[in-house]
Amino acid sequence: MIKAFFLLAFFLFSGVSQAAGNNYPLDHAAIDSSDKPSLQRGAKYYVNYCLGCHALSYLRYNRMGRDLGLTESQVEENLIFTYDAEGSPVKPGEHMTNTMDAGYAEKVFGVVPPDLTLVARSRGVDWLYTYLRSFYADKTKVWGVNNAVFPNVGMPHVLSEMQGLQKAITEEYIDEQGNRHEKIVGFELLGSGSLSVEEYDQVVLDLTNFLAYAAEPAKIARHKTGVWVIAFLLLLLCVTYLLKKEYWRDIK
Amino acid sequence: MRKAMTLITNGFIWFAERFPIMKMWREHMSEYYAPKNLNIWYYFGALALVVLVLQIVTGIFLTMNYKPDAELAFASVEYIMRDVSWGWLMRYLHSTGASAFFVLVYLHMFRALLYGSYKKPRELIWIFGMAIYFCLMAEAFFGYLLPWGQMSYWGAQVITTLFSTIPVFGEDIALWIRGDFVISDITLNRFFALHVIAIPFALAGLVVAHIIALHEVGSNNPDGIEIKKHKDANGIPLDGIPFHPYYTVKDLFSVAVFLLIFAVIVFFLPDMKGYFLEHANFVPANPFSTPEHIAPVWYFTPFYAILRAVPSYSWLGNQFGGVMAMGASTMILLFLPWIDRSPVKSIRYRSVAFKLLVAMFVICFFGLGYLGMEQPTPVKTILARIFSIGYFAFFVGLYFVSKYEKTKPVPERVNYK
Repeated sequence: MIKAFFLLAFFLFSGVSQAAGNNYPLDHAAIDSSDKPSLQRGAKYYVNYCLGCHALSYLRYNRMGRDLGLTESQVEENLIFTYDAEGSPVKPGEHMTNTMDAGYAEKVFGVVPPDLTLVARSRGVDWLYTYLRSFYADKTKVWGVNNAVFPNVGMPHVLSEMQGLQKAITEEYIDEQGNRHEKIVGFELLGSGSLSVEEYDQVVLDLTNFLAYAAEPAKIARHKTGVWVIAFLLLLLCVTYLLKKEYWRDIK
Repeated sequence: MRKAMTLITNGFIWFAERFPIMKMWREHMSEYYAPKNLNIWYYFGALALVVLVLQIVTGIFLTMNYKPDAELAFASVEYIMRDVSWGWLMRYLHSTGASAFFVLVYLHMFRALLYGSYKKPRELIWIFGMAIYFCLMAEAFFGYLLPWGQMSYWGAQVITTLFSTIPVFGEDIALWIRGDFVISDITLNRFFALHVIAIPFALAGLVVAHIIALHEVGSNNPDGIEIKKHKDANGIPLDGIPFHPYYTVKDLFSVAVFLLIFAVIVFFLPDMKGYFLEHANFVPANPFSTPEHIAPVWYFTPFYAILRAVPSYSWLGNQFGGVMAMGASTMILLFLPWIDRSPVKSIRYRSVAFKLLVAMFVICFFGLGYLGMEQPTPVKTILARIFSIGYFAFFVGLYFVSKYEKTKPVPERVNYK
């Protein structure tokens, strides 16, 4: 009884633990799901920088290739770098998994890197776009970086060679109880990466676009089919309306 | 060609001589007389039936690939979304259908309130209808666990925990429902069984009973008067028209309108920005990590807000007060035919006091629905309390207003055009 109450009180009234609990404002990710070159670049960045740790366990290489306008051999030559447990290259019909061992990952990162197939649907594209651009130097952290969107994240800044490191610009504010806090209001580039700010933003936008695709490959078919279904229903609407009018003419 | 036609005709005659198909057709379609003045509010029952069929058909296809197993469930839904031909369509039709079902049923129930459709002699239709509504809530609750996402898991955890607040037997009841100390594979399996067999079976039976009871006494109408009072020489109500073809074609038109709106959502906005498919449910269930914010899907939020609005008192077993208030908020609807004591059925001929009460009820219902989705804050909790009091005050007010209100004279014949 008492246990039940605490459980319930916890669910109902605690502000419930905020895993990514901060209100860092998110930038709008202006992605375009019909931009094939952007999606292809996103896939390239993903397999090079992300896939080693973050699997896309529900997405198949060949399905991705088909949807992104790539042939199977293009996918095999350019995008498949992983090997299966027997040591042979992963086949195009297989899922985009990796060989990251959960026990090892936990030792190195403190957490197992999550599967990212659906992250664009659970976190949202704006979150992804902002998150990947919000790593900043923090000497207190194991990897030397922290993140404004996801404080104390266990992930290193894997794109730092492109972006370079940045410093957080903070501002002090006083909360309702009169306590002083610091919040991040912006960033300042420390060392230059290999890309300009605009170029790096485009890289992140491509990655976000690709992850949005990976979260729902059916979206392409959904939109294409939807137009025809709605056209048909509009026609049906006219026919049924006229039919109704014709029958109801004699009701006075 | 002619030979084939004769064969079909003879086949039908053979069948009709052995089965009361013609009798049923006449009773429920061609010679079922419905008031000619039914308006837009009368579309939603037929549309709900369309959605019920849609849910059953898409549900059958989903079960062909879904795996009710805690290890496999989440991945099997993604398999349906990606690898099964048209699987994404079946899934979105089913998930959007669930929300559509509640929209239609709420509108259908509100119609009954507007035109007094639950009043004598239609109390039993209302009772069957409420039973359908309760089944629907159970069906939605059981179904929501199946994708095995974070919100599936924690939503079910919260709801089953509610039962454990019942004094004395609570813990045992919760344990009995879950079959385990927490939501687990065992719970998933039994919820699957209930969702795909037990509840749909009960629903189908109740819908048949709902319609049979309706056709026994005849449909109400926006004027709230009995068309059977004025019949012609053949015993046909003067203001009645045969359901077929008049209402079949009218309903067909409404189906087209509904499907158009429905298709726009299914094809272009299937998650409805998180209202139909919650974002957190795209993360697999994790018993060790509570999501940031647990909220039920929109159709349960008015009652969820009432649950949260009731302060906890230790003498009442703490949360039990909220749980009882939530239960009462749905159960009280069942007694509407007896709470509303006015002899006048339609809102058209009822008092301003009644109209104000209905307006207050609508505001409270929407207010609670909104607050149930939000994180509680001190201001929002106060608002939820005000709306909860308003929700129940409607029924208390109705009990007295309906007895003493000054109604307008009711016409003898229906208004048409």
